[in-house]
Amino acid sequence: MRVTQGTFSFLPDLTDEQITKQVQYCIDNGWAVSLEFTDDPHPRNTYWDMWGHPMFDNPDAAALMTELAACRKAYGDRYIRVVAFDATHGWESVKLSFIVNRPTDEPGFRLNRMEMEGRKMRYATFPYSADRPAGQRYQ
Amino acid sequence: MTDETALPDTSPEPPRETAVDLRREMADSGVQDILDQLDRDLIGLKPVKQRLREIAALLVVEKARQRLGLAHDTPTLHMSFTGNPGTGKTTVAMRMASILHGLGYIRRDHVVTATRDDLVGQYIGHTAPKTKEILKKAMGGVLFIDEAYYLYRPENERDYGQEAIEILLQVMENQRDDLVVILAGYGDRMDKFFASNPGFRSRIAHHIDFPDYGEEELFAIARHMLDDMNYHLTPAAETALAEYIALRRAQPHFANARSLRNALDRARLRQAKRIFETAQGPVDADALSAIDAADIRASRVFSGGLDAQPSSGDRP
Amino acid sequence: MEGSSDTPVTGAERYKAGVLKYAQMGYWVPDYEPRDTDIIALFRITPQDGVDPIEAAAAVAGESSTATWTVVWTDRLTAAEKYRAKAYRVDPVPNAEGQYFAYIAYDLDLFEPGSIANLTASIIGNVFGFKPLKALRLEDMRLPVAYVKTFQGPATGIVVERERLDKFGRPLLGATVKPKLGLSGRNYGRVVYEALKGGLDFTKDDENINSQPFMHWRDRFLYCMEAVNKAQAETGEVKGTYLNVTAGTMEEMYERAEFAKELGSCIIMIDLVIGYTAIQSMANWARKNDMILHLHRAGHSTYTRQKSHGVSFRVITKWMRLTGVDHIHAGTVVGKLEGDPATTKGYYDICREEFNPMALENGLFFDQDWASLNKVMPVASGGIHAGQMHKLLHHLGEDTVFQFGGGTIGHPMGIAAGATANRVALEAMVLARNEGRDYLNEGPEILQAAARHCQPLAQALEVWKDVTFDYTSTDTPDFVPTPTASA
Ligand SMILES: Nc1ncnc2c1ncn2[C@@H]1O[C@H](COP(=O)(O)OP(=O)(O)O)[C@@H](O)[C@H]1O
Ligand SMILES: [Mg+2]
Repeated sequence: MRVTQGTFSFLPDLTDEQITKQVQYCIDNGWAVSLEFTDDPHPRNTYWDMWGHPMFDNPDAAALMTELAACRKAYGDRYIRVVAFDATHGWESVKLSFIVNRPTDEPGFRLNRMEMEGRKMRYATFPYSADRPAGQRYQ
Repeated sequence: MTDETALPDTSPEPPRETAVDLRREMADSGVQDILDQLDRDLIGLKPVKQRLREIAALLVVEKARQRLGLAHDTPTLHMSFTGNPGTGKTTVAMRMASILHGLGYIRRDHVVTATRDDLVGQYIGHTAPKTKEILKKAMGGVLFIDEAYYLYRPENERDYGQEAIEILLQVMENQRDDLVVILAGYGDRMDKFFASNPGFRSRIAHHIDFPDYGEEELFAIARHMLDDMNYHLTPAAETALAEYIALRRAQPHFANARSLRNALDRARLRQAKRIFETAQGPVDADALSAIDAADIRASRVFSGGLDAQPSSGDRP
Repeated sequence: MEGSSDTPVTGAERYKAGVLKYAQMGYWVPDYEPRDTDIIALFRITPQDGVDPIEAAAAVAGESSTATWTVVWTDRLTAAEKYRAKAYRVDPVPNAEGQYFAYIAYDLDLFEPGSIANLTASIIGNVFGFKPLKALRLEDMRLPVAYVKTFQGPATGIVVERERLDKFGRPLLGATVKPKLGLSGRNYGRVVYEALKGGLDFTKDDENINSQPFMHWRDRFLYCMEAVNKAQAETGEVKGTYLNVTAGTMEEMYERAEFAKELGSCIIMIDLVIGYTAIQSMANWARKNDMILHLHRAGHSTYTRQKSHGVSFRVITKWMRLTGVDHIHAGTVVGKLEGDPATTKGYYDICREEFNPMALENGLFFDQDWASLNKVMPVASGGIHAGQMHKLLHHLGEDTVFQFGGGTIGHPMGIAAGATANRVALEAMVLARNEGRDYLNEGPEILQAAARHCQPLAQALEVWKDVTFDYTSTDTPDFVPTPTASA
């Protein structure tokens, strides 16, 4: 399967050139760009690990692309996403977020159902990869 | 999701050009204007200006070759500017960014200036993030490292400067599209620096030497600076300034154009004081813009002393 | 516009028994400067033949505030001056003979805090049946910050909705399950599952899907949530379906909302026809229960559509931002329910901006400060499809939900394929926009290029090309195809 979180997951994986353009778009809008990585793609896993702080003062996308290269070197077996933060009043949150690296094999999720009273159902989603300890999930 | 049976991409290749008008390219890039402006703004510096023209011509030709499909390579653009303080290195570095930007070799027309303190950390693990931070700020444009030789301190074996140097070299080699580095400093010290860091020497394409200014050039520079600020010299002040230049140039800590700028700043202070003390009634624009001999001759240089505060010298 | 016999009668004269003109009773104050805390209403009035427009405006002011048809002495027991609404400006409507814009200011003390019911009882109460007027339309309102602050506002708001859904930087995609009526719960859930699995973020109950013989509400909720959870596991993405909790009583609505919550739904929906008070109650409930609240504007056209009489949709939108819904259907510009782009922009701005500057070209007559109230996500639905993606993105922007009902379920290769086509088209368009391309004019090529990697999109563009053709032929006449590198 293919995890389709992030803004451009339905398109073929973006080339570095395409990523650079998106990053530059974010920077030109005054947003701080940063990288986050994880080996737990659960849809409610909000806090991926940060690869450094958001870049507040770098006018050129090459700065992020340099970090992306380094991040891929260290965590190329995991999911990596670009996240852009807008500090404007009234938003003050993420403005764009898209996956720029993913494991070669994405095993997907198991859906657990627990039958409750009155035909109610409790659902729980488990990434198959999370069966293994953190750090060893996509090796 | 994305379909496996992707259709072939049928977009045709753009037609290739067969000839390029170099002069036109130079003019269209706006670089000719920048060079002309530089000619007007900077007094003297003949060899430097000559080198800049050569580099610009080389880069235009390189682009043209690329467009005509001839063998080409991303040219190395890192440079070293050597010369004494106040000879215009920083000023030219700023213009260099505009030139490279106009010719399409860097993406943004900006220069980030750094010295050892900006790059080298205080404790273990501090240097790499610090250096990378500056590099990332400069990316897309020019990184200007003043007095680059301070990065290298062979006397201290565990100096963190070495770490900064290694990161710098790596980026200078691998990210030539993203960053142009200009190193600057005194000629002799830079020579020694390059001798013990051959990695730098080999990555630098253009060495430009900034000569000291002659007395006449310095005088012309002073005129130019005053002109920019809407001041002028009285005939007596002209004589005084010429004498001042001759005396000051022979003193230690002489920093060429920068010393002149400082001297003029002090002359303006004295002029203001003088006008206040002597003016009877309203003063006109002419009086407010005239620097007189007294404003210059009050300098300690004329009594054999140093003009600047001894401790600060004429450092940038 | 100045009247003649409109000079206010003052002192004891004013309260002598009898009938005075409204203008004379003090409801026409041409030199009045509205206070920052006043609520201002702009009415389009069409007086009966022979009725002076100023007197008509004064009458509207009177009838929507303190007045009655005759003078009453009990006025003198009150600070009547303060409570009288004041018509202060009357302009003829350009190019509409016999119609006037009347500006009327109301003191804040006339209204109960945090109650749209109270506001509307005054402003669109008896006055709309007032005989001396042929027609009356509430065009716009200026809501002072002091009043705005008495409302909760959207339960979730655009930003937090996006955070909860973990979806940023692009419009959201939805579809209304069709056919509207007749599907059993089991069949209904199938449509939800296919659409969500295929790439939509949301599916939606239609406005009149409540609890009918063919599908009772519990059944719908249970099957829909099975579909949502399954699609979530298939894609690794957060998904939702607007479970319509509209019902005959508040008790019943609360029960349905509670059940939706127990099943883990992130969003519920209500219809405008449940009324302002019920909407506010549901918004409070939604805030308390971390639920996104979708509003279907069922019924609004009965009073928003006619230019001369009723309430404009921009006013409804303002009220809905106050009441606290998170989504509101606000027009598509390009779809089957075509709306004028400039007017629609006005609605979208009301939903999404922190401050609306006066913009007559968009129907906004006043500056409106929203005092940090959450933002409402406008929803575009009705006859839109993937081939219009560039137009939709251009006209409606990023913080919207595009609902492709027919454009998803009508796809020849099935619902999931329809959903995929929409999602790929959307992402390709956003990518191109961010790259700085002239996506509005190059839209068709961008879509064609994306379709090279996505057969469902190629099919969608083919099937609905006529609609696209009609549209592009009028809007991009100098369209020249240029080669596009495949992404
Ligand atoms: N040739 C010149 N003509 C006019 N002004 C000059 C010239 N060279 C230097 N200056 C001025 O002198 C000052 C110091 O120059 P700078 O470029 O900082 O020297 P450096 O970097 O070599 O120490 C600046 O204010 C600059 O404008
Ligand atoms: Mg310098």
